[in-house]
This record gives sequence, structure tokens and C-alpha cells, in this order.
Amino acid sequence: MISPADMNPPTSTVVNNELRQALTRKSAVRPAEVAFSFLCKSAAWSSLGILCVLVGSVMWKSWGYLDWQFLTSFDSQRPELAGIWAGLLGTTWMIFLTFLTAIPIGVGAAVYLEEYARDVWFVRFIRINLSNLAGVPSIVYGILGLTVFVRMFDLFAREAIVARLTGHIVEAVVILGVEIPLPLGTTLAAGALTMSLLILPVIIVATQEALRAIPPSLRHASLALGATRWQTVRYQVIPAAVPGIMTGIILSISRVIGETAPLIVVGAVGFARFAPGKIGSLSDLAHHPGGLLEAPFGKYTVMPVQIFNWVGQARQEFQGVAAAGILVLLGLLMLMNGVAIIIRNRYQKKLRW
Amino acid sequence: MAKAFTNLMNDRAAAEREKAGASGSPDAGGEGQIVRRMKVETRKLNFFYGPSQALFDISVQIPEKSVTALIGPSGCGKSTFLRTLNRMNDIVEGARHTGEILLEGINIDGPEIDVVALRKRVGMVFQKSTPFPKSIFENVAFGPRLTGVSDRRELEEIVSTCLKRAALWEEVKNRLTDSAMALSGGQQQRLCIARALATNPDVLLMDEPASALDPASTSRIEDLIFELKENYTIIIVTHNMQQAARVSDMTAFFYQGHLVEMGQTQQLFTKPREKHTEDYITGRFG
Ligand SMILES: Nc1ncnc2c1ncn2[C@@H]1O[C@H](COP(=O)(O)OP(=O)(O)OP(=O)(O)O)[C@@H](O)[C@H]1O
Ligand SMILES: [Mg+2]
Repeated sequence: MISPADMNPPTSTVVNNELRQALTRKSAVRPAEVAFSFLCKSAAWSSLGILCVLVGSVMWKSWGYLDWQFLTSFDSQRPELAGIWAGLLGTTWMIFLTFLTAIPIGVGAAVYLEEYARDVWFVRFIRINLSNLAGVPSIVYGILGLTVFVRMFDLFAREAIVARLTGHIVEAVVILGVEIPLPLGTTLAAGALTMSLLILPVIIVATQEALRAIPPSLRHASLALGATRWQTVRYQVIPAAVPGIMTGIILSISRVIGETAPLIVVGAVGFARFAPGKIGSLSDLAHHPGGLLEAPFGKYTVMPVQIFNWVGQARQEFQGVAAAGILVLLGLLMLMNGVAIIIRNRYQKKLRW
Repeated sequence: MAKAFTNLMNDRAAAEREKAGASGSPDAGGEGQIVRRMKVETRKLNFFYGPSQALFDISVQIPEKSVTALIGPSGCGKSTFLRTLNRMNDIVEGARHTGEILLEGINIDGPEIDVVALRKRVGMVFQKSTPFPKSIFENVAFGPRLTGVSDRRELEEIVSTCLKRAALWEEVKNRLTDSAMALSGGQQQRLCIARALATNPDVLLMDEPASALDPASTSRIEDLIFELKENYTIIIVTHNMQQAARVSDMTAFFYQGHLVEMGQTQQLFTKPREKHTEDYITGRFG
């Protein structure tokens, strides 16, 4: 017990010299610390510097080419008439169709792996290889897409299995009045499916991580209320994972907008004077709404392929056109990422962990 | 010692017990008395996590509309036992058990039993409050929504009733659409109780519901348990001897997976049959 008397003794403070020794710093600066922080700072600033130089030089080159006419025109042999409208539309379609297939498949796969699959060797094998797949060079996906979607293993060729089984050479199927070529050939759909394969690992891994970050107690609480496993996943787990899933989507948007090589392999057109589904303006859309269904099964171009094509042109002026294209591409990238980030933040705020 | 414990008890609890005694105590009275209906019963329950056995030969009988406290040192299997009663252990990989678990005489492990329906009847409140990252309203409405209630009026009715029963209504009635994560720990725990009530269970399992709470929140929850007893059969795990003494009618003492002793709370705390029990409740080991 501490009695009041103990609390009020005459006090004296003795300086502990040993402690003073331990607390005194040995030198005014720590050289290693200073050097390290300098290295970090210069790394950060130099990457920003390089970016500025890049954008600056592209802007410089694009001078006189980036205007309204450039944004709204189709391509042309003459640099002053060339425009990126076909690529803009094609890339927009590409983003839409790619995510239309990749999100349900990717999220579904991740939900299966995290919420349902038991921990057997096969599932572990898949888990490990998903991260590896994310690192495969994109051209490999291009070649895969060429075989699987563009040519469809040549199943529909003369003398091939379909012809032999049906007695006909099948070239297309018509569903809801839309002609779907078989094999898909160098269509927008084949390109978008190839791109979905490319971004699937990223979406799956991001979703898996988001699901893993959700505490098991959330699932238990839901199950204890008499929710089924599916109801738990559908109403509690997936909504809580949306911000993480969105991060995966944001990462893949950049790839879908920027990838060039695989799309060249699966046949995106370099020089295009048409819009997907022949819908190049609002009035086209009004006159020909069916084009929305036809677009996936027609030819297309995308911005990076157009840019690639311009860069390879002999006439010097096309370098300026290409630079203008790069700026538009960067602009679209920032716009799309911005929208996705806003959606994610909205959702995060709504969740309020 | 006996006196000390009597003093610890809530006056009201003591009064209640006296009343019960006067009208013919169901358990203490022995033969010839009114038989209270048993709500939950286990017979020779052995429970295993993979190769290691967590519960040994547990046989208990828990009467309806009573509060039963489970006490015992950490790791003795209280939570495990509680989770077998609504089959939450099904989720644990490698868990299995032998013996019977009966809810009103029905074996809950029967092949025809729908575990989802069982968990709606046997609600659970966890030690750590686990509100869903949604609004207060949506938290309580989740259970009823699962059973197909979608009418807004009806949901509002259920939500307000349950929040009132959980003594949370006054504090949250003006901010039902706010996130449940913004509530204090004690409020969150009461929200979880309200949420469990919303599925209209008749057994409520509570795993240390007040362990993370301040004395004021704790006593609110104890009051709540006391009120809920009118309609529910409550089984509560607690490390707090005073709490067990205050709120419960029956107490079961677990030790290393064995049920050492179970009986009327008053009897167990004042005249424990086993030396072990006495040592534990007096704090001589733990
Ligand atoms: N999921 C699990 N897998 C394997 N063993 C487990 C699991 N959960 C609990 N156990 C073990 O079972 C035994 C009983 O645990 P339980 O959680 O039921 O104890 P408890 O009495 O609730 O303890 P506490 O008071 O600390 O909550 C312990 O030895 C514990 O290590
Ligand atoms: Mg426990």
C-alpha cells in the first residue's frame, strides 16, 4: 500500500550518468542513413524526371497534329488527314469485351479457389501457377489466341473433324440474327478473348488476395445466422472484396489499352478506315443499332496497333501523328484508371471497415 | 467463501432464483417435482480436431428458458462445445465427433437435418463482435432477408424490435443507415446480439460476449441476458466468475475437455462437489 505520507516525501533527483552515456548520440550524422535516403530520393525523382522527359518529347513531336480533326477522323495515307477515331472506338470495344469475359471468369475462379476448393495438390498447383502465368510474355498469349480463337485448332477447316462429322464445311453460325464466323478469325471477339486470357491471372490473383484479406470471422458470422455458403459469398464476402477486385481491374486496364504485340498476332488491322460494327457516330448508332451485336464479329483496330503502324511509315510527318496517338492513348489510360479509382474509393467508403 | 459469492451475485438474480425455488425448483427438487423441458442435451459427446481429442464424454441437459454458464480455464473446450451445438464446427477441417447432440429430442447430426435451418434456430454471438461492413439496418436485416423477407415495412419492424430487445435502439435509432463499423465495441456486440435475435432463434449461444467490454457495457449485456431468458435458452461462455454467478441459473465447469461438474449456479459456487471446481472458482488455479 502507498500511504499518503509516501506520496509526499522530500524529493531529490540524481543524474544517472550511465544512462546519459547510452542516450548520447555517437556522431552528428549517420553516414549510411544519409546515403540511403539520398539514394531513395534520387531514384524517386529520376523516375519522375524520365517520365517528364518522355511526355515532353512526345508532346513536342505531336505539335500541330493533336487536334479535334485527329480525334475524329479515320486513318489516311496523308499525315495531315490521318486520325485515331477507329483506334479509339476499337480500344473502347476491346476494354468492354475483355472485361465482360474476364471479370466473371476471373472472379469466379478466385472465389472457387479461395472459398470452395479444398487444399489438395491439384489446387495448390493451380494457385502457384497463376502467379507464374501473370509473368508470361504477352506475345505468348498472342500465339495462344491465334491457335485457340482465331483458328480454333483448324477444327472447321476442309477435311477437318467438323466437316467430316457434319458433311458440310461450317463457316459461321447465326445466333439472334448475328453471324458468328467459325473459326472466329481475326475478329474483335478473338482479340478480346485473347486479351482476357492475358489479364485473367492478374484479376484472379488480385481477387484471391482480396478474399484472403477478409477475416474468417465475417464468414462465420454469416454462416452462424443460417446463411448458406453461397449466400455468404454472394452477400458478404464478394461485396467486401470489391475494392481489392477493383485494384486488379485497374492494373489490367493499362494492359488492355497498351498491349500491341498479341493483337498484331491475332490480326488487329493496322490501317483501318471503319468503325467496329460500322458504328462510328451517334447517327450511325441510331440508323443501325444492330451494329452493336455485329461489332464483335468484325475487323477492328486498336490505338497501339495504329500507333505502331504510323511509327513504321516512311514519311517523317507520321512520326508526329504517332506522337499525337500516344498522347491520346495516355489520356484514355488516365481517364479509365481515374474512373476505376473513383468507383473503388466510393465503394471503400461505403464499406467502412 | 460461500458468503463472498452470494454477495457477488446480482440482487435481482438472487431474487429470481429464490422465486424459482419457492415455486418448486425443477432441478434441485429431485423426484416428484414439475419436470422442466430439456432444450439442449448431449449424450457422451466426444469431439476431435483431427487426431487430438478436445472433448471427452460430455453429457449435459440444459432446460429451456434458462441461462447456463460454461466456465473453465483457457483451452478446456468451452468454445468447442458451444460450436458443436449449432454445428459451426462443421466448417473446421478434420473435426469430427461421436455421441449425440439433441435439440428438443431431435438429433441435430441426423442425415435429414438442414444445418442452415438449425443455425437459424440456434443463434450464436461470438467473443469478438463481428458486424458486417454494412449499415446498422442491413446488419440486423440480413438474417430475415435470407429467409425471404423483402418487404421494407416488415424488415423495419423486425429491425426495430430486435434492436429494442438488444437495448441498442435508443442509441442508434437516428442513424440506422450509418456503417455498423462506426459503433463502439459495446454497441457492436449488442448489434450482433440483435442480429442473432432477428433470425428468431430459440437457443442463443454466446461465447464470452462481454470479454472485450467496459463494465458499463458488460452490465448492459448482462441485463439483456436476464431479459432474454424469458423467451430464449441461453448458453454463455465466460471467464468471469462473478458474471457466471450473476447471470446464470446453471453452471458447467469444464477442465481439459472433461465436464467436471454441472449444477445449479448457486450450489456450484457455494458448495461445489468437486475439489477441482472449488479450486478453480476461488482462483487457486486457472
Ligand atoms: N480449429 C481448431 N483446430 C485444432 N484444434 C483446435 C481448434 N480450435 C480449438 N482447438 C483446440 O481445442 C482445445 C479447446 O479449445 P477451445 O477453443 O474450445 O477452448 P476454450 O475453452 O474456448 O478456451 P478459451 O477460454 O481460451 O476460449 C484447445 O486445446 C485448442 O487448442
Ligand atoms: Mg473460447
